[in-house]
Amino acid sequence: MKEITILSGKGGTGKTSITAALSSIAVEAVFCDNDVDAADLHLILQPEMREQYIFEGAWVASIDADKCDGCGICQSNCRFNAIHFLHGQYEINPYQCEGCRLCERTCPNGAITSTRSRNNEWYISDTRFGPMVHAHMGPGEENSGKLVTLIRNKARELARDKQASYILNDGPPGIGCSAIASVSGTDQVLLVIEPTLSGLHDLQRLVKLVNSFRVPMAALINKHDLNLEVTKQVEIFLENKQIPLLARIPFDDTVVMAMIEGKSVIEFAPDSTITKQLREVWRQITKEESLTYGKSFIHHN
Amino acid sequence: MVKKIVVASGKGGTGKTTVSLNLYRRFSMDGEDVVLYDCDVEEPNDALFFPEKIMIENKPVNQLIPVIDSEKCQFCRKCVTYCEFNAIVIIPSVKLAQVNSDLCHSCGACSVACPFDAIIEKPESIGQIAKYDIGFGQGLLEGRLQIGSSMQTMLIKELKNEFPEQGSLVIYDAPPGTSCPVVETVADADYVILVTEPTPFGLHDLKLTVELLDELEKPYGVVINKSGLGNHETHEFLSRKGIEILGEIPFSREYAAEYAAGNLFENVPEEFETVYQQITGKVGHHLAEL
Repeated sequence: MKEITILSGKGGTGKTSITAALSSIAVEAVFCDNDVDAADLHLILQPEMREQYIFEGAWVASIDADKCDGCGICQSNCRFNAIHFLHGQYEINPYQCEGCRLCERTCPNGAITSTRSRNNEWYISDTRFGPMVHAHMGPGEENSGKLVTLIRNKARELARDKQASYILNDGPPGIGCSAIASVSGTDQVLLVIEPTLSGLHDLQRLVKLVNSFRVPMAALINKHDLNLEVTKQVEIFLENKQIPLLARIPFDDTVVMAMIEGKSVIEFAPDSTITKQLREVWRQITKEESLTYGKSFIHHN
Repeated sequence: MVKKIVVASGKGGTGKTTVSLNLYRRFSMDGEDVVLYDCDVEEPNDALFFPEKIMIENKPVNQLIPVIDSEKCQFCRKCVTYCEFNAIVIIPSVKLAQVNSDLCHSCGACSVACPFDAIIEKPESIGQIAKYDIGFGQGLLEGRLQIGSSMQTMLIKELKNEFPEQGSLVIYDAPPGTSCPVVETVADADYVILVTEPTPFGLHDLKLTVELLDELEKPYGVVINKSGLGNHETHEFLSRKGIEILGEIPFSREYAAEYAAGNLFENVPEEFETVYQQITGKVGHHLAEL
């Protein structure tokens, strides 16, 4: 079984459209939307939910005003400035609370209790291409990567049960907690890059992150004809980093039209150049040799 | 009083940076003393558009990571019990007492817990904050998260605190998404500008952000970027919800190519200028009403 994660650094480069397209090519695959903060893959794969679970998020503390005697110990211990003296009493701002529970433990009056947020859900679903694991985070929840790790583990279990050949992860933007949770332990990363200075800048930061996990990478440039000069700069960067470039995909609003129809570009425009290119990308990343770099590092570290 | 605007989006790649920079420019042209904060600390891009910028200040930002002195430690495990983030490992039989800095949130609970004074805290880098002169306006402030660090929210907080408010107007360019780092960015905002694109993905993520802002009780309006590219569902949603459209920036392939090369302020189509003027006018009006 091989696990492939699609990442970009910068948002809006086309990760989800590319993941959806590859999903419609992949056979014996399990799909997983790692972008739990702004999950969009379901808009194309249109999953039919089979199982639904609650993911218990971070702890949030609150003060019982009747028990509080106003000593202020909680406020002096709180490193997150989450405790405020308002309207003559101490209050905790739930959005600033990190859930460390130090206030609860040090309150001499037992006036503070913590509860875990139950505002996140995750699902196991069926799609027309195969099973899918995905999640919905409540607004303002902590995206610590734990939910990403959980759904990735579920996708692996599912893949083992079904003896699937591939897991395809639609990754989050950025290089923070959820990107880290999305890279760690994956077999291969496919970079989706747009040829803009921002895209190149964010790519450079992402490549450092992925390298620190010793995961092999391959890349495609999306909307490559938007700016051929920047495309050239991206190509030079990839060459220096010895990251194979698998395709230069032109800017084409067929991708947006497919999205509006709730289809992947492969389904929407089966004979298009983009479809041919993406089929070739899939062939390349599923080749056995694409893992050599990873094997030499992953298993000895 | 300094007024604070946040430019946010939910979805990445909708044009937050483009809108933030253009509003910075327009407000400066209107005589406002405006400061821009790049709060997308995972991928800060605002400075890329000013090749002639001059860095005025650059400060490292540290988090305090506890270190356990194994001479003093009695392996009682009270720190382990106090640590909600599973960042401490104590194995008495081999006298191991270690902190995993990747998991530590620097809450200080372990130090409070330790009865033997065995824990001291040492600074470890999570990134930098920098201040730039960009040739006009009050300048650009930027947070840059160290690769591998997961302390976005702390860095955003530091960025806002380190450089005390100056000028008359502050624009925060927010990170994508709707989780903690966005909440931290929006926390002290007077008004939020949501940038969206009229596609199904854009609309879906816009709805999540609207839900967040309603919960935070922040006033907001929407800028539709890449107008003409997708469908009408975004307009229908906004009108059904009674959410104000601050302006619509048409999709232009030529201008997208200029943006790609970093030429944000060159060859701005005339109609774009009109839209930005309209947006600053409406936002200025909302701020005056506060």
